[in-house]
Amino acid sequence: MTTITKHKITDLFLQNKPLTQNFENLRKMGLETLEIKGLPALKEEEYKFTQISKRLDQQITNFKAAQPASLNKELIQKAIFEGFEGDIIVFNNGEFVPTLSTVSHQNYSFSLLSDSKSEILGSIAKVENDPFVALNNLSFKDGAFISVPKGKKVEKPIFLLHFNQANQGQVINQRVLIDVAESAEVTFLENTISLDEEVYFSNSVVEVRVAQNSHAHYYRLQNENRKAIVVNNFVTDIHRDATFTSVATQLQGGMLRNNLTMNLLDSGCEGNMYGLYLLNGKTHVDNHTNVDHTKPHADSNELYKGILADSSRGVFNGKIFVRQDAQKTNAFQQNNNILLSEEAIINTKPQLEIWADDVKCSHGCTTGQLDEEALFYLQARGIGKEQARGLLLFAFAGEVMEHISYEPFQLYCTNLIQERLGSKF
Amino acid sequence: MLSIKNLHASIEGTPILRGINLEVKPGEVHAIMGPNGSGKSTLASVLAGREEYEVTEGEVSFLGKDLLELAPEDRAREGVFLAFQYPVEIPGVSSTNFLRTAVNQVREYRGLDALDAVKFLTIMKEKMKLVEIDQKLLSRSLNEGFSGGEKKRNEIFQMAMLEPKLAILDETDSGLDIDALRVVSNGVNKLKSPDNATIVVTHYQRLLDYIVPDYVHVLYKGRIVKSGTKELALELEEKGYDWIKEEVDAAV
Ligand SMILES: Nc1ncnc2c1ncn2[C@@H]1O[C@H](COP(=O)(O)OP(=O)(O)OP(=O)(O)O)[C@@H](O)[C@H]1O
Ligand SMILES: [Mg+2]
Repeated sequence: MTTITKHKITDLFLQNKPLTQNFENLRKMGLETLEIKGLPALKEEEYKFTQISKRLDQQITNFKAAQPASLNKELIQKAIFEGFEGDIIVFNNGEFVPTLSTVSHQNYSFSLLSDSKSEILGSIAKVENDPFVALNNLSFKDGAFISVPKGKKVEKPIFLLHFNQANQGQVINQRVLIDVAESAEVTFLENTISLDEEVYFSNSVVEVRVAQNSHAHYYRLQNENRKAIVVNNFVTDIHRDATFTSVATQLQGGMLRNNLTMNLLDSGCEGNMYGLYLLNGKTHVDNHTNVDHTKPHADSNELYKGILADSSRGVFNGKIFVRQDAQKTNAFQQNNNILLSEEAIINTKPQLEIWADDVKCSHGCTTGQLDEEALFYLQARGIGKEQARGLLLFAFAGEVMEHISYEPFQLYCTNLIQERLGSKF
Repeated sequence: MLSIKNLHASIEGTPILRGINLEVKPGEVHAIMGPNGSGKSTLASVLAGREEYEVTEGEVSFLGKDLLELAPEDRAREGVFLAFQYPVEIPGVSSTNFLRTAVNQVREYRGLDALDAVKFLTIMKEKMKLVEIDQKLLSRSLNEGFSGGEKKRNEIFQMAMLEPKLAILDETDSGLDIDALRVVSNGVNKLKSPDNATIVVTHYQRLLDYIVPDYVHVLYKGRIVKSGTKELALELEEKGYDWIKEEVDAAV
């Protein structure tokens, strides 16, 4: 163990008994991995810019699972945005809340992980990929399993709504498994609401299987309190002719680390990753993305954009792996950043490993300030400086929002962004 | 209307304008000519309020107000319009949204009600005809991917929408073919009135066949070294600038 001491992790692990044999197995694997590797050390390359272990050591004094917080209908109502129609699955510190959720089971089914027979749990997000997957393995109590049967389209989006709050423990474990069967279609929305301003550590793992010829979209908003420490491991297996699109928007938090992995497992499949981070204060956001092209004729598209103000910090690391077999791959990656203050920092790094010879790959990253020429041009037409800035910043950021194809959520995120950009940033 | 007295301006410590004097009255058209790098665009930018330029001496009053005190947006709202020599491409900002924001902010400043979408579109259609600009261009991002000529036309279109009192056209004619030049100058001429004034910066006498100036000034090394009527432009067209440069350099 490196920074988080062994007994802290053991505390977490002893807190509950595994509900199923499968959970028990996962827990064993997690524990073994952590005993060997521990949580990321200070010099660990993958976490070089995001010292999450250190932050946990300093700020998480009660390394125990948080107990359910008190929730009510009003809180849910407040979290629903204009135009939303669909099912809402509510989680209270990672635990599913049946009384506050609406689960119609229309063209999909929902159950607790402990009740599901699915055998793929833990096979998509692997312990060896990230120590926080291992940590989640040994500490989650239960989770959600959502499956869409073959050929079905879930007409309305499924909204995963998390409420987080430190409560007799500061650790929140979330585990979600999504299984989209052949030729099915579904859209997920996710938002997390912090119930107060106290520090918590949320460690979530989402595994998604997108089976042959199916289409899935996952639109996620992270707008948590200014102390929240969040690690998210989101891993998708994308099968033949299937498409998966992720749009992730980060507006606030203490330290957020997102590991987003797309395994393109067969020909004709497509993985899209879009991200926007608008940071101010001391928010630290790290997006590590990873696309694995394994077979010929698969495409990946990636665009992450960031606007950083005050002394915020952003990290973008985009790994594209093209295996020898993956001829005719198209892989595109872009990361563009605007720094609005001298104290803001961005570390951006494309990481391309290409073993096939007949591929189209491109990547680019830019970091700059607000375009002063453009600002002057707008002002010279009578537009006030603040508004001109807002217009330009929104023009930069808005491109990412266009990829949210569920309009009410697009509007909701867009409004939040415009509010942020219109005011003093 | 516009009164410039002994204006000095520099950029990053290098003096560019070294004592400009110019009086412009309502209804007048002034042409400013001069060799490359003489400071024409600098003068235009200083009048529009570009912050990179530091005014080190002199004063500028516009309709009785101290122009140099005003922020760029307030100068525009007071009625100064600069048609840029190199209009900026702004991806992601739609031409229409941009113009509506601009027009309404200017109107608000002048104590007028904001235009609703319908009224705005009606006026827009009308002004589009004036400069023969294609609707398709305006549904795109501001100036993005526009040809040189399209950008210049868009500048004049914006001018038509904003109805300035003083228009400064910085080489709006450069690079235009004859047809486009005719369209752009027609637009400018139609917008002319006894109450507003125009300053045209140009290298080419041919523009002045279309937009006939009352005065022609030659700017050289940051000063107006010669002023005259439109005949001066013809003389420059014929003889170039060398004779003026010699005169000036000999006097120093
Ligand atoms: N940003 C800048 N930094 C340094 N020098 C500058 C800058 N902008 C302009 N200059 C210099 O100022 C002088 C005047 O430039 P300006 O653009 O005003 O000339 P101009 O008369 O408009 O020329 P042109 O006919 O080529 O448009 C030139 O010597 C130019 O190099
Ligand atoms: Mg110039």
